[in-house]
Amino acid sequence: MNSPLPEILPECLAVPSGELLDTVGHLKWESGFDLLLDVTAVDWPGQVPRFEVVYHFYSTSTFRRVRVKVRVEEADPAVDSLVALFGCAHFMERECHDMYGIVFRGNPDLRPILLYEGFVGHPLRKDYPIRAEQPLVRYRK
Amino acid sequence: MDTALPNPIRPAFGPSTEDGAVVVSIGPSHPATHGTIQVIAALDGEKVQRVDVHCGYLHRGFEKECEAHTWHNLIPYVDRLNYCSGLINNFAYCEAVEKLMGVEMTPRCRYLRTLLSEYSRVADHLTCIAASLMELGAMTPFLYLVMIRDYIYEHLAALTGARVTYTYGRIGGLARDLPEGWLARLGEILGQYEMFIARVHGLMDRNRIFIDRTRNIGALTAADAVHWGFTGPILRSTGAPRDLRKDTPYLAYAELDFDVPVGINGDNYDRYYVRMREMDESVYMIRQLMDMLPPGPINVDDRRCTFPDKTLVYSEIESLINHFKLVTDGPKVPAGEVYLAHEAPNGELGFYLVSTGGGTPYKVHVRSPSFVHMGGLPRLLEGYQLADIIPTFGSVNMIGGECDR
Repeated sequence: MNSPLPEILPECLAVPSGELLDTVGHLKWESGFDLLLDVTAVDWPGQVPRFEVVYHFYSTSTFRRVRVKVRVEEADPAVDSLVALFGCAHFMERECHDMYGIVFRGNPDLRPILLYEGFVGHPLRKDYPIRAEQPLVRYRK
Repeated sequence: MDTALPNPIRPAFGPSTEDGAVVVSIGPSHPATHGTIQVIAALDGEKVQRVDVHCGYLHRGFEKECEAHTWHNLIPYVDRLNYCSGLINNFAYCEAVEKLMGVEMTPRCRYLRTLLSEYSRVADHLTCIAASLMELGAMTPFLYLVMIRDYIYEHLAALTGARVTYTYGRIGGLARDLPEGWLARLGEILGQYEMFIARVHGLMDRNRIFIDRTRNIGALTAADAVHWGFTGPILRSTGAPRDLRKDTPYLAYAELDFDVPVGINGDNYDRYYVRMREMDESVYMIRQLMDMLPPGPINVDDRRCTFPDKTLVYSEIESLINHFKLVTDGPKVPAGEVYLAHEAPNGELGFYLVSTGGGTPYKVHVRSPSFVHMGGLPRLLEGYQLADIIPTFGSVNMIGGECDR
C-alpha cells in the first residue's frame, strides 16, 4: 500500500486497518510517542480504498514525530478508535467524522462538533460541492 | 410565523439523565466568556459535576475554501485562525509551503520572522492575561495590558498596514522590509512594556482575591496534560518544560538564549504566571534579535514563488508573464505532503498540507491548539465551582477562529 506522493516530513508508517491499535499501542508504550497531535483524513476519489486516515504523533521525550496512515474503503469507512489510548482522540475523531464521514469504532460519541445537528453530507469530501448551502435558519424572502 | 428553530446541538445529557442535578447552559454568547462556545454543565449545588463543551459556532469552512484557492491566496485566510497573533500563523503556513517547494528563506527573513513571532507572542499573551483578569474584575491591569497591546498593534500596523490581520508573510519571504525608525520605536515599546508589566505583577501576584480565585483551580498533572493533548503554556504550567522552540528549534531559535518557564501545579495561577514569564523571555529574545538582524534581501530569488519587481513587470514581457502566472495559476508546489509545526502562543500550531503538484492545495489541515484544548476542557472544569468556569476558561485562552476554522 503505497502513498501516491513522495514523503517529506516526518517518518510515515502505512498500516493496514486491522493493525492500527497494535501499531499505535506499540508506538505509545514502546517507542515513547505519547502525544497524539492530530487526526485527519485525505479523500482520493477514484482510488481504492478511497480514504486515507492520517495520524500525527509526537514524542515528548525524544522530540521525534511520526505519521501513521490507514486506508479505508468508501463502502465501509470505519477504523478503530484511539480513545482508549489518547483522551484527545475523542474530539479529533469527532471532527474527522464530521468532515469525512469516517466511523471510529469504539468512540462512543460521534455527534457533530464543528457542524450542526442534521447537517447532510461530509463537507471535506471532494464530491461535496463547495457552493452548497444548508442554512439552519431559512433565508428571508 | 416560523415554528421553533431546531436546536443546532444535541447535548450529551439532559436534566432527566442527571440524578437531581441542575443542568445549565452557558453560552454560546455569554458576557463573561470571550469566544463563542457553549458549555452545558450539570450542577450539584454550585459544584460542576459534568460538562459538555460545544464548539463550531465560528466554523466557516476554512479547509474546504483552501482547496479552491491558490497557495498565495491562503495567506489572508490563515491570518484569521488565531487573530491575536496572525503573524505566527502566516509564518508557519509559509514555512510549510517553502518546505514542500524546497525553498530556503534568506537570513534576514529568518531573523525577522523570529523577531515578529516573538512580538506577536507578547501581544497574544497580553490579550489573554488582560481578558482573563478583567473577567475576575481587575480593571486596572486590564487597561495597562491592553494599552501595551495597542502600542504593539499600532506598531505592527506601521509595518504591515493592518492592526490585526496582517497578511505579512509571503511564500519565500515577507511582504516588505522594516520601515525607517521601526526598530527604535520597538525599543521604546519594550521599555514601556517592562514598566507596565511590573505594575501588573505588583497588583496581581500576591493579590488575595486573585489567588483565591485561581490557586488550585483547574489543576492538571503533566501526564494528564499529555494524555489530553494539551501543549503550549498549559502543558508547561504543569511542570513539563516542553517547548518546540527549544526541543526542535526552527527559524533562528537555535541561536537565541532563552529559558522555558514552567509552573508547578498546572492550575490557573500557574497558567497566568507562565504566560507572564514567557512574555519576559520573548522580550529578551527580541532584544537579542534586534542586534542580530543581518542586512540583505528579505525574499528568495526564486521565480516559482516570489513576485518579480513591479518596475520589471511594467517594462519587460518575461516578468509580466511571470507575475500573471503566479497570480492566476498560483505557485507550482511539487507533489508531496508536509506537517510543520510552530510553537504558537497557545501551543502547537501545525499545518498538514498535501499537494498534487498544482497551484492550489489538494488538502490543508490545521492542527489548532484551541480545538484540542476544548476536548480536554471538561477535565479542567469538572469538580470545581460554577464560578470557576470563567477564570479557567480564560486561562485556556480559547480562540474561536482557530478552534472552529
